[in-house]
Amino acid sequence: MPVTDVRHDLDALTLTITADFAAPVARIWQVYADARQLEKVWGPPTYPATVVDHDLRPGGRVTYYMTGPEGDKHAGYWLVTAVDEPVSFAFEDGFADLDFQPNPDLPVSRNVFTFAARDGGTRATYVSTYTSAEALQQVLDMGIVEGASAAIAQIDDLLAA
Amino acid sequence: MTEESADRADAMFHALADRTRRDILRRVLAGEHSVSALAAAYDMSFAAVQKHVAVLAKAGLLTKRRRGREQLASGDVAAVRSVASMLTALEQVWRGRIARIDVLIAPDPDQED
Repeated sequence: MPVTDVRHDLDALTLTITADFAAPVARIWQVYADARQLEKVWGPPTYPATVVDHDLRPGGRVTYYMTGPEGDKHAGYWLVTAVDEPVSFAFEDGFADLDFQPNPDLPVSRNVFTFAARDGGTRATYVSTYTSAEALQQVLDMGIVEGASAAIAQIDDLLAA
Repeated sequence: MTEESADRADAMFHALADRTRRDILRRVLAGEHSVSALAAAYDMSFAAVQKHVAVLAKAGLLTKRRRGREQLASGDVAAVRSVASMLTALEQVWRGRIARIDVLIAPDPDQED
């Protein structure tokens, strides 16, 4: 596993993940700069992503939807806030309707991705911040996440029943 | 984040990373179960199920009590809903993405020299 460090800041509602990839920075940048590559990594196998608009420039938007096992579609968007190719970029990630109009009732996370050359490979740092615990809960409840989070959503249904 | 909460997050991540444990957690959140009743629900030994229950207890996701010879387990709703467990769930998503990048950038074995 390339993940080398994970930090949970419970007060700042921030998740920081560090990963070392065996490829140069330019190659890792390409994963995000190319819509076809981005969609291969963004959604889990059970909810594959399709990237529709892709403008990785400050003020630009990246839009995508994820398709669930029953054909259900969940749309999201990135609002790109900063780009320093190929070292870093920042964006807000939110939910949208299927016409990619942002849904203001659902939470937005702030994300900063940073890539640094290290021993011939790349050290990537992913920082993701939510505005409130409720926002984080809502994101997990959206059902677009895999693994344990899917279980937690089911647990919530159970608790609500 | 303190070392203590980091350890707790690690324990939670480890506990939720296993499908059987997530299933056990769902059951005990719905109501108290004896470990032997849980064991009857899975195609594995009592000892194996008991071990899964112990991992969930160590992560603070369920609590155990004794009633005579029985061990009873119930889910800790507050712990499951805690920010730590939510960040842990989110961590799973990111780990998935990172693993997929790793696969995507792997050199094509036919082109390796």
